Amino acid sequence: MQLTDDEKKLLDGESGRAMQAAMDLLVRYGEALGAERLIETNNVCGANVMAARQVRLLKKADHDAAFSEWSLDSSDVLDIPPVQAHSCQLIGPMDIENWELQGITPEDRATVMASEDYSAKHGIHLMSTCTPYQVGNVPIKGEHCAWMESSAVVYINSVLGARTNTEGRESTGAAMLTRRIPYWGFHLDENRFGTHLVEVEHEVSSVMDWGLLGYYIGEVIEDGIPVIKGINEIPNLVKLKHFGAAASSSGGVELYHVPGITAEARTVAEAFGGNHPVATVRFGERERRATYEHLNSTARDRDVDLVMIGCPHATIEQIREVCRLLDGRRVHANSDLWVFTPRAIREVAERSGYAKILRDARARLMSDTCPAIGQFLPPDTRVVATDSAKQVHYLPAIMKVQGLFGSTVDCIEAAVTGTWNGGLA
Amino acid sequence: MKVVRVHGDRIVGGVAEGEALVTRERISGWGGIDPRTGTVIETRHELCGQSFKDRVLVFPGAKGSSGWSAMFHMARLTGTAPKAMIFTLMNTKMALGAVVTHVPTMTRLDQDPFEVIETGDWVRVDADNGVLEVYKGGRPD
Repeated sequence: MQLTDDEKKLLDGESGRAMQAAMDLLVRYGEALGAERLIETNNVCGANVMAARQVRLLKKADHDAAFSEWSLDSSDVLDIPPVQAHSCQLIGPMDIENWELQGITPEDRATVMASEDYSAKHGIHLMSTCTPYQVGNVPIKGEHCAWMESSAVVYINSVLGARTNTEGRESTGAAMLTRRIPYWGFHLDENRFGTHLVEVEHEVSSVMDWGLLGYYIGEVIEDGIPVIKGINEIPNLVKLKHFGAAASSSGGVELYHVPGITAEARTVAEAFGGNHPVATVRFGERERRATYEHLNSTARDRDVDLVMIGCPHATIEQIREVCRLLDGRRVHANSDLWVFTPRAIREVAERSGYAKILRDARARLMSDTCPAIGQFLPPDTRVVATDSAKQVHYLPAIMKVQGLFGSTVDCIEAAVTGTWNGGLA
Repeated sequence: MKVVRVHGDRIVGGVAEGEALVTRERISGWGGIDPRTGTVIETRHELCGQSFKDRVLVFPGAKGSSGWSAMFHMARLTGTAPKAMIFTLMNTKMALGAVVTHVPTMTRLDQDPFEVIETGDWVRVDADNGVLEVYKGGRPD
């Protein structure tokens, strides 16, 4: 790989051993990819707040050791300098307010809090969400970024026209220190054109519809770049958040185009950049129903132990919608309702009165984590219902539970009645 | 014993050998494997319940969450990583994951690995020289 003189100096250790380790990781990674060079980035989102078990696993259980190993792939305990790039913490292992509900001990809480403090002292902004784009990190079109979190990657690539590959903890750790990332994949113009044409033949309007469409597309085209035709209604942030999260979970979609709506294509022709689609995929009533049944295939029982809203993290508008759907009713005694949102939005929800409405309904407004990332559920949970195709994709595998997927309305009804009566209209 | 030699590109250097575990389905890292045991846990995956610990994992590549590298990184530290990896589809998750797993890894092979390698074959991966040897039917005497 071609390195600039400044990059060579970092690799030679002229700026210290941590910078050297970061550059060494980027070179090994870039060469594995076959990248010709690195590119500068000043927008990095990674995951450096560690769960207690990740710290304990290391021989020297301190936070320099944790950053060195988990974020730079170095078994040497390095003295980590402040980050150079604009850097944000993504979703992490623990809700700083509701940690007891997660079953976290005070000792393990202290370890996570120390990890947060360590990140903050190093200049990493504690957004603590899978959706940094709704709490102040909104990249501009063409901006070279280094983000992990597949649902955020697909959002900023597609909706905003920013440029990032799906990075990992180690590559973002190195990028935070060096402001560099391999110039490969979605950083290059020629890799951003559509590969598959998707003809939508069934109305796609609700959040659930967008989730179903995304999940189906990911399953069929894996990590291709879909160009979606036949959308008759302009979606919003929530719908595209659920669409992208679903498509990146079932497959590996990192970029899509909805001509006339997303950032880089006004027309289908522009989306393909003169290339022919490698295949055309149709999404009609049959595909929609099959996807719905697929997402509900782990469910046998109808008694719902937990309803989970907020994957990816809920917007303030979604929180208000949950309050409206509760309509003064309380969550059923045999169920729980957990709503996940960024900590910044939890503060807004508190000031706006929604948090109190949720408390009064016996629901929980949580932040910073989610059941899949933090690996926690209420005790003895067997059945989880959610309006997120992504969460229902992961939870049954990670937590050995049955998963139900449906509309937000069906989910809130399940929370209030304790029973699933959801269905596909 | 029949031995097949395959040539390809080094992604991570080193030499290792072990019994092959082969799948034509891509693997999810985060939410797809349990790094405490090296087991595939994705419910609909054909390898669900099987462990790649100490085996040569032959698969198309990485899919799913950006936590792929972190999960294989943890598998290395808990001692459940594969002995070596052979893959066919490059992406950032796969490249970074291979780099932090620190096991010999190869791709761009001159023969289709899914045609020449079956689960249970013994595979010697010499990534430094870009050669892998497949001992059909199991470990050579």
